[in-house]
Amino acid sequence: MTVSRRGLLAATAAVPGLMRVQDAQAQGIAPRRGGTLTTMLTPEPPVLQIGVNNQGPTLVIASKMFQSLLSFTPALEPIPVLAKSWTISPDGKEYVFTLQEGVKFHDGQPMTAEDVIFSIMKFHTELAPRARAVFALIESATAPDPLTVRIVLKQPFQPFLLMFDASACAIVPKHLFDGQDYRTAPAVQRPVGTGPFRFAEWQRGNFVRLERFADYWKPGQPYLDAIIYRVVPDSQSRRLAIETGQAQLTQANDIEPFDVPALRAKPNLEVNVKGWEYFSPVSWIELNHRVKPLDDMRVRQAISMAIDRNFIAQRLWFGVGKPATNPVASTTRFHDAGAKVAAYDVRAANALLDAAGHKANAQGVRFTLKHLVLPYGEIWSRLGEYLKQAFRQVGIALELESTDAGSWARRVGAWEYETTINFVYQFGDPTLGVERTYVSTNIQKVTFTNTGGYSNPKVDELFATARGSADPKDRQAAFSAVQKILCEEVPQIWLMEMAFPTIHDKKLRNVITTGLGVHTSFDDVFLTA
Amino acid sequence: MPAFTVKDFWRRYRRNKGAVVGLVVLLLVMLMAATAPWLFPGSPWDMASAPFLPPGEMGMLLGTDSLGRDVAAGIAHGARISLLVGAVSTAAALLVGVTLGAIAGYLGGFADDAIMRFTEFFQTIPSFVLAILLVAIFTPSIGSVVFAIAVVSWPPVARVVRAEFLSLRGREFVQAAEVLGKSRVSIVLTDILPNALSPIVVLSSLMVATAILLESALSFLGLGDPNLMTWGFLIGSGRSVIRLAWWMSVFPGIAIFLTVLALNLVGEGLSDALNPRLARQRGGAA
Repeated sequence: MTVSRRGLLAATAAVPGLMRVQDAQAQGIAPRRGGTLTTMLTPEPPVLQIGVNNQGPTLVIASKMFQSLLSFTPALEPIPVLAKSWTISPDGKEYVFTLQEGVKFHDGQPMTAEDVIFSIMKFHTELAPRARAVFALIESATAPDPLTVRIVLKQPFQPFLLMFDASACAIVPKHLFDGQDYRTAPAVQRPVGTGPFRFAEWQRGNFVRLERFADYWKPGQPYLDAIIYRVVPDSQSRRLAIETGQAQLTQANDIEPFDVPALRAKPNLEVNVKGWEYFSPVSWIELNHRVKPLDDMRVRQAISMAIDRNFIAQRLWFGVGKPATNPVASTTRFHDAGAKVAAYDVRAANALLDAAGHKANAQGVRFTLKHLVLPYGEIWSRLGEYLKQAFRQVGIALELESTDAGSWARRVGAWEYETTINFVYQFGDPTLGVERTYVSTNIQKVTFTNTGGYSNPKVDELFATARGSADPKDRQAAFSAVQKILCEEVPQIWLMEMAFPTIHDKKLRNVITTGLGVHTSFDDVFLTA
Repeated sequence: MPAFTVKDFWRRYRRNKGAVVGLVVLLLVMLMAATAPWLFPGSPWDMASAPFLPPGEMGMLLGTDSLGRDVAAGIAHGARISLLVGAVSTAAALLVGVTLGAIAGYLGGFADDAIMRFTEFFQTIPSFVLAILLVAIFTPSIGSVVFAIAVVSWPPVARVVRAEFLSLRGREFVQAAEVLGKSRVSIVLTDILPNALSPIVVLSSLMVATAILLESALSFLGLGDPNLMTWGFLIGSGRSVIRLAWWMSVFPGIAIFLTVLALNLVGEGLSDALNPRLARQRGGAA
């Protein structure tokens, strides 16, 4: 069933370039060649080579220069990119990709199956922990001919295809990296990929300029002549740049949520919060289960009920993002809408804490907790202040601690906190992005693992079942069960399904077309006259 | 030395009209700080109403901030913290500055050289940068903020006190005390220090003003105690939404402006009252 569905998709979507042109024509506008897109990059990345650095700003810019085999729709269905088509064996272990013809790297060399195998087995496996964990399941990767890649897995792994997006496994040129230290190879400073734009110039602290790659494999594309990423450290200056038209596009963290309402009102701008479905970060209050009384389920349930998630989404984030109901984002596969955390109810929360034996003292305080404020900017400080008040309503005194980004990561990684805020990308599938926070096998002194220390053998077992099972139906059953347990035991207090505003001039077309939004190649983006 | 009576002092202080205005403003700020828990019961962090209410709406005198907190309550409760930080850090700076300045000025010689080089070491570092650094190292809390402000504000005190001691220790009344066999400590504390007090008093009123500004600047940058409502925090949190809600930054700004201005006027008045000759010269020139 899986095979035929994927095969069908591959067939219908074999000419994505043409489809996009038709989309545009359906709107009454033909794509126009030419024009330079000026946008921004916040903060400036240390290096543009994907793999060597996989942080947000690098992904935004590197996705124009590098491509992978696939991309994904907002519903996370695969779209062919460098892979023209693919088949999956019925046992879910063998993947055969047929590559596009005539794909060239920016240095003129053709891209072949060897480059794909090198990227998967060597480059990303060595550099990226996320890729390493999944690609370790590969038994063999072979190239029967230069345009075919055959991968055999040791065991079925249903989310495998999700690893073939440019943000996870960009195809890099083997001839420029093989036999060298991947982090220091000359190509890291002048990235060479197969994308529609190639690296032209980087003035540190000022801008990065990408120019049109004339030998791009889709004829006639890309439409833009160049893309300039300006580095503007101040958020108000960035807002002015998009308001005055000096920039035509902002993304990710460029614009603060509190500036979004004013920009929504501008007639020449379009504000879009879609295009993050593949990442779907969910934020939560991270509780350290080693701190009493956070190991008590009733206390965690009470805290969860004391939080008004609508207030957070509407008042703090100005509607950019929505309240979380569940550890799995509603845009991630296998989200179960039936599993929901208990609703906002201060009275019930107080009753639960009374029942748990936490009596309030004369000042109305049951107990005190420390809260390490996430040092990612003002909005997180406001969130800390809101939580302080929300906790106070149920008799918990929350003492705020400020810190810097480095100390935050170190302290969370070393379990030296009582409560804090955390969020991670989910990468489309709970096995890839949710499991790591809740299974006891991943309790590590490393940031973004199960640092809270929650442990439930039933949860471990369900996540293991979902991971090893080849049939989506079995996986859905396991994930639904695990979501129910997690919503009951609330190991962490989920707050929001986060979104980031993409704001662009209405003249700029086709900006958000996939579930990766601004992290796609922009080969179909154009500026109308 | 002329004997000071409170009446004389007040008569001379009163002559400076600005100083009287400053004193009235300062007393009002203190009154506000003292009565904040009754004027605005509960915590200034409480979400009292809808967010972003302009001043005057729904009983919110100065409007509400992005979380619906009462700006007026924040200013009243913030006055407590600002005055407290100003007073405590000035007291700490005076303690260090007067002690070191007195030792350097009275002993002279090697002790003077050593202490003055040490003082210069602090004076060569931009004080605000040093304060930021200290708070960042010790993690932001009310204690580390007071400590940082005290550390950056004692050197001028030490220099002023040293200069006073240098000029006073050669005077005849000091020599007389030495001949009488009084101990050094006793001479410093009972003979020289009381005569060096007037510049210290004037300086300290200005130091309180500087300390309030420093604390506000640190809080503005997010380096204040995250659990305490201060004026700098109010401005800092309002800055980003200033186009949406000007009142969030403007009113705390006015509060800081008035308090610091009042302290400066009071300092000038004190200077006039304690140095009548200087005041008369200034009066003559005007």
